[in-house]
Amino acid sequence: MLKRIITIFVIVLFVISVVSCGQAKKESGIKIAMVTDVGGVNDQSFNQSAWEGLKKAEKEFAISVDYLESNQDADYAPNMETLLDAGNNLIWGIGFKMGDTIKEKALENPEQNYAIIDYAYGEETPANLVGVVFKEQEPSFLVGYIAGRMTKTNKVGFVGGMKFPLIEKFEYGFKAGVKLANPDVEIFAQYADSFTDAAKGKAIANQMYKNDADIVYHAAGGVGDGVIEAAKEQDKFAIGVDRDQNSLAPEHVITSAMKRVDNAIFNVAALLVKGEFPGGTTVSYGLKEGGVGIAPTSYKLVPAEILEEVEELKAKVISGEIVVPSTPDTFAEWMK
Amino acid sequence: MIDTILSNIALIIGTTLMYSTPLIYTSLGGVLSENSGVINIGLEGMMIIGAFAGAAIGYFVGDPWIAFIGAGIVGGLFGLLHAFACVTFGANQVVSGIAINFLGAGIALFLSRMLFEGATMTKSIALDNKMPRPLNGVFHDGSFLNIIFNNQYATVYLAFIMVFLIWFFMYKTKYGLRLRSVGEHPTAADTLGINVIKIRYLAVIMSGVFSGFGGAAMSLAIVSNFRPTLVSGHGFIALAAMIFGKWKPQGALLACLLFGGAQGLAVFLGQFDFEISSQLISMLPYVITIVVLIGFVGKSAAPSADGIPYEREQKN
Repeated sequence: MLKRIITIFVIVLFVISVVSCGQAKKESGIKIAMVTDVGGVNDQSFNQSAWEGLKKAEKEFAISVDYLESNQDADYAPNMETLLDAGNNLIWGIGFKMGDTIKEKALENPEQNYAIIDYAYGEETPANLVGVVFKEQEPSFLVGYIAGRMTKTNKVGFVGGMKFPLIEKFEYGFKAGVKLANPDVEIFAQYADSFTDAAKGKAIANQMYKNDADIVYHAAGGVGDGVIEAAKEQDKFAIGVDRDQNSLAPEHVITSAMKRVDNAIFNVAALLVKGEFPGGTTVSYGLKEGGVGIAPTSYKLVPAEILEEVEELKAKVISGEIVVPSTPDTFAEWMK
Repeated sequence: MIDTILSNIALIIGTTLMYSTPLIYTSLGGVLSENSGVINIGLEGMMIIGAFAGAAIGYFVGDPWIAFIGAGIVGGLFGLLHAFACVTFGANQVVSGIAINFLGAGIALFLSRMLFEGATMTKSIALDNKMPRPLNGVFHDGSFLNIIFNNQYATVYLAFIMVFLIWFFMYKTKYGLRLRSVGEHPTAADTLGINVIKIRYLAVIMSGVFSGFGGAAMSLAIVSNFRPTLVSGHGFIALAAMIFGKWKPQGALLACLLFGGAQGLAVFLGQFDFEISSQLISMLPYVITIVVLIGFVGKSAAPSADGIPYEREQKN
């Protein structure tokens, strides 16, 4: 008997701790909902940013918004189903891991609009699906410029999570920025082959700092915690990614290359409300669209004159005068 | 030239120490539990909750030692839960371990959201409130020893002390002998008046305490905050190290150092532009560990009663 009670107790505890619930919102015309990836809605990263974008849209356009959290990859499909049954005008998937699931759902339910962050289907985008991608190379370019201008040892580093085209956009954008600021700067680039192993990130950063780099930029998720920690311990500089990471080490994170998922989500909501939902296409958000940028706290550690130069660069990128490289080939082209 | 080689070797050793430390604590936890006859694959979950407790207590209290011990206590509570299921109720130890892994991750996330305004990441602890770094500034800047020991936290040295203490306890004290006898042949031990239940309880609780230390060695030393992906599999690596180390503290230590060293080597090699892909280099720690263990260590055998719940025969 006692055994059974314990079992039930453990199950209840487990359910409470793992399951979190979405909230139902009042009806008012258009409904938009999103499915988070495994980080949850308060992940201080994309999911949170996405939800902020939706909430802004809720206020602005008097629509109703909702979210469902995923605790594991297997939750994506059922969450999509739940939101489909709830009668939403648009369902978002936050994060590239949902790429296959959402495409499948879009094909199954041609009447339902879907959108996804960080995934491009190219030619094969179903007519009721929008892929939203970011020009990560552009903010990387700007922080690269800052690094190139601020390095005293003429050596900077880049730590990537895993080597695939998305992360390479960060790498080559950064390199282009550094080289533009100062062609003599040597750039160490290394991949951790993980987005979670903070200890490995710290080891790589330690090595770069030992080899005389004084600024290291990371595009590596949790691995970056180790990079920033190494900067803190050795009193060197680090550059954050995705969101403003200055709070992790206020005196050592000089700037961050930010991805404004909130702006992108808001933007698509605005299009949907206007009846101009860009189904069947891939939209790409860069500096021009306000989809990316550098951290607002950059003024704390970056000299004002460098930030002014960054503003000028930004204007040039927006006007199309500068096209930031994002692949090994375009970078090689750029170096000429 | 020689200088460069030496400083690179020092860096690899430094990485080895940093990387192995959390694994050493956690695998010691595994050693204790399994030698008493209780399989503990919940090390990962205990490590996660320990990492969270360390980061959270460290942030709110500001004292690393209180945080470290607190992490041990919280880990110990999870150990108690595991012992409760496995020892008192004779539940399947693997299943209970899996449940602990889910529970550790889930509760850490739940508490993090409660305590940190809904965030899944705890706030960063200031450098001064992290573990002390006892050998900073002791050696000359840029010297071989300085590269190894600069910025190594107290947790690193403590891990080695713990290995010695556990070894001494297990092989040089009568309590250690009791522990091992309970894991080898609980019925015989019981016949001789050893309280099997009590010893297993203590061992499994201590295994949680050490896993908690392992987690805190990450969140209070390697980094200064907890995030749900911080531990990501280190608990399982520690479990494997304990098995490779033949269920002995000194063996587990060597296996952890081997893994950490291979990781250091991978980081070192990763800086060069080889034609082979970085993914292959990143596989090194796993490949080296497996090859060395298959090639040199030989067959390892678990304590005979490992995994078998002990139930006393009914008195008539």
